[in-house]
Amino acid sequence: MSIIESFRIALRALSANKLRSILTMLGIIIGVGAVIALMSVGQGVQQMVTEQLQSAGSNLLIILPGKLSDAQPGGGTQRRPANPLTNGDWRAINDPLLTPDLIAAVPEVDGYADVSHGKTTLRLNVTGTNDVFPNVRNYAVQEGRWISPEDIAGQARVVILGSKVAEELFAPGDFPLDQTIRINGIPFRVIAVMEEKGGGGFGSFDNYVFVPFTTAQQRLFPYLRSPRGEPTLSLILAKVVSEDRLDEATAQIENLLRQRHNITFLNEDDFSVINQADILDIFGSIIGVMNLFLGGVAAISLLVGGIGIMNIMLVSVTERTREIGLRKAVGAKRRHILTQFLVEAMVLSLLGGILGMILGFIGAQAIASLSEDLQSVVTLDAILLATGVSTVVGLVFGIFPALRASQLHPIDALRYE
Amino acid sequence: MDQNHALIEIKDVTKVYQMGEVEVRALRGVSLEVHPGELVAIMGPSGSGKSTLMNILGALDVPTSGRYLLDGQDVGGMDDDHLAEIRNRKIGFVFQSFNLLPRTSALANVELPLVYAGAKNRREQAIAALELVGLGDRIHHNPNELSGGQQQRVAIARALVNEPNIILADEPTGNLDSKSGAEIMRIFQDLNAQQDITIIFVTHEPEIAEHTRRIIRLQDGQVLSDSSVKNPRQAGDRAYTRRARDIAHHENGADNNGAPSLAEEKIHPDEQSDPGSVETQSIVTQMGAEEGA
Ligand SMILES: Nc1ncnc2c1ncn2[C@@H]1O[C@H](COP(=O)(O)OP(=O)(O)O)[C@@H](O)[C@H]1O
Ligand SMILES: [Mg+2]
Repeated sequence: MSIIESFRIALRALSANKLRSILTMLGIIIGVGAVIALMSVGQGVQQMVTEQLQSAGSNLLIILPGKLSDAQPGGGTQRRPANPLTNGDWRAINDPLLTPDLIAAVPEVDGYADVSHGKTTLRLNVTGTNDVFPNVRNYAVQEGRWISPEDIAGQARVVILGSKVAEELFAPGDFPLDQTIRINGIPFRVIAVMEEKGGGGFGSFDNYVFVPFTTAQQRLFPYLRSPRGEPTLSLILAKVVSEDRLDEATAQIENLLRQRHNITFLNEDDFSVINQADILDIFGSIIGVMNLFLGGVAAISLLVGGIGIMNIMLVSVTERTREIGLRKAVGAKRRHILTQFLVEAMVLSLLGGILGMILGFIGAQAIASLSEDLQSVVTLDAILLATGVSTVVGLVFGIFPALRASQLHPIDALRYE
Repeated sequence: MDQNHALIEIKDVTKVYQMGEVEVRALRGVSLEVHPGELVAIMGPSGSGKSTLMNILGALDVPTSGRYLLDGQDVGGMDDDHLAEIRNRKIGFVFQSFNLLPRTSALANVELPLVYAGAKNRREQAIAALELVGLGDRIHHNPNELSGGQQQRVAIARALVNEPNIILADEPTGNLDSKSGAEIMRIFQDLNAQQDITIIFVTHEPEIAEHTRRIIRLQDGQVLSDSSVKNPRQAGDRAYTRRARDIAHHENGADNNGAPSLAEEKIHPDEQSDPGSVETQSIVTQMGAEEGA
C-alpha cells in the first residue's frame, strides 16, 4: 500500500467528520499561527532596522551622552545626564587632527515642539543640526536649499520640512518654500522640503523638521544646558573614512571625550559610542528574548494541540474498531493499520499547521499594516519550521493510538459493538 | 483435481476462551480434512463452535492446541503478519453480517484486499469480481444503497478478488431471505464448479446445506457427523439477474428446480428443530442448558 493511498484514506476519514477534525486542529492552528505571525513581524522589524541603518550609511558612529547600559526606557535624547555632550565636544570630535579617521561629525539637538501654519498645528520632532547633516545621513533636499554655515553662525530662523510635514501643513496647491511657519510660536522661514525617505530610527524622518542647531539651542530649547550652562547636544553623528576603520575611530573618539570629561583611568565613560553592529546586537537580543517567550507559548499550544489529536485519534480507533477488524480480516498487516492511523494523525496535524501558517501570515500582515515602515517577512525557515513541527506533533501524538489500532485482534475487533 | 492431497487438514484442534474465571471450551478436539474443489456445509446448534472453527480455518484466530495445515503449510506457528498474508492471498472470508465498509462504494470495498496485496490493476480486477457475482451495474453504490442479498454478493466479490483457493463463509445466508439465500448458493455452486474454488460454509438451514455434497455436523465443540449428500440441490436461477446469468452462463440442464435430495445419513432429530438463522441471544446460557440436558 502506497503512502499516497494512505493519504487518500486519511483525507476521507477526516472529511467524514469535518467539524470534529477542524476543532481538533485548532490547537495546532493557534500554536503555529502565533509563531508564524510573530516570526514574520520580528523578521520585518529586524529588516526595517537593518535597512534604516544601511540607508544611513554603514560607516556611521553615534555618540550619545551617558552609558548605554544605564539608559532608561523612554529616556533617550530627552534626559539630562550629569555630563552631557556639548558643542565643545562636537568641535573637538570634528577636528581632523584629533580624530584623523573621521570624515565629519554632525551635532544633533532633538526636541518636540508645536509646529503650525495657518490653522494647522502639529507636535513634531524638531532636529537642530548643521550643514553637513545631509551628507552624513544620506538624505537629500527635494526642493530648496539645506542649512548653510551662515544660518548656523547667525542662529537663523530657517526651517526645512520633512516631506510628510510639508504635505500636512500645506494645502496641495500651496507652495511651502519661503512661507513662514511657527515653531513654539516663533516664526521660521521654510527654506527647503526634503525628499521622501522613510526611516530615521523610531518614526520616519519624513515627520521631522530641521533647523540650525544653534537656533534650536538658543531659541527653541534653551533649557537644554549643561550644569556649567553650556548648550548641550542630544547626540553627535560621526562618519568614518571607511568601514574597516570603525574600531580606530571609536577609540579616537573615546580617548578624546575621556580627556575632555576628565575621566580617570579606572572610571567608566559617561558617554557611548555605538555603531550599527551594536544596534543590531541590541535588537538581536530583544528579538531573542521575544522568540524565547514565543517559543514557550508555541510549545504549550502545540502540546495541547497534540494531546487533542491523540484524544481524537483514540476515539477514532475505538469508533472504527470494526473497520480495523475487517481490514485485518482481508489481509492488512500491523504496519498497514499503523501507517493508516499515523498518516491520519499527521494529516490532521499538518493541515492544522498549514491553516495556522496561512492565519499567521494574515495576522502578521495585519500587524505590519499598523506601521507603514514595517513589512512582515515570510521566510522559508518559518514555513519549514511550521511544517516540520506540525508533522512531528502528528507523529508523536499519533503513534500511541496507531499502535493500539494495529495490535487489535481481528476477531475481537470484528465482534466489537 | 488432486483428491489425495488435502487442502485443509486439522488435527485435534481445541480452542479455549478464558472468560474471567470461567473457561469456555469452544472446540474440544476437531479433526477433519477438506480436499481441493470440495463444497462443504457445516451445521450445528448455536454455540457448537462453528464460528470458532471457521475463524481458525480462516486464519483469523489460532487454535489453543492441535495442528492446522493449509495447503501443506503449518498455520499454527505463524506470526500475525504471516497470518494476514494467508488471509489476503489464500482465503476469502464471507461474514453473516456482510462487514462492508460503510459510505464506501462496492468497488472500493472489493478493492480492499487488493490494496493490501499491493496489486496493480485493482479497478479492473474488482470490476471483474463484481461482474462475476452479477453486480456489474452496481459498482458505485454504497452498501446502504444495496439490498442485503446484494451486499452479501459484494462481500463475496471481495472474498473472490484475490483469487483465493478457499472461500469460507460463516452463515452467509443467515441475514437473508430465502430468495437471496438461494442466489448466494447459486453463486457458490458456480464458483465451485467453474472456478474450482473450495468452499466451506456454515448454515442452520438444511435446505441450504443440501446444496453441497458434504455436510459436517458439530455439537459441543466436536464433530458429530461427516456425511455426504447423494444428489445435491441445484440453486434455481430465477432470482438471478439476467446480467449475471449471461456472465455465469453454464449449461446445467435437468434439475434446476429438482426435487429435494436426500442426505445419505439420517439427520439428527435435534438439529431439525434448530431455531434457524437467528443468532441466539445468550449463547453461554444455551450452552449451559445443552450441557445440562
Ligand atoms: N471471544 C469469545 N470469548 C468467550 N467465549 C467465546 C468467544 N467466542 C465464542 N465463545 C464461546 O464459544 C462457544 C462457541 O461459539 P461459536 O463458535 O460462536 O458458536 P457457533 O458459531 O456455533 O454458534 C460458545 O459457547 C461461545 O459462547
Ligand atoms: Mg456462529
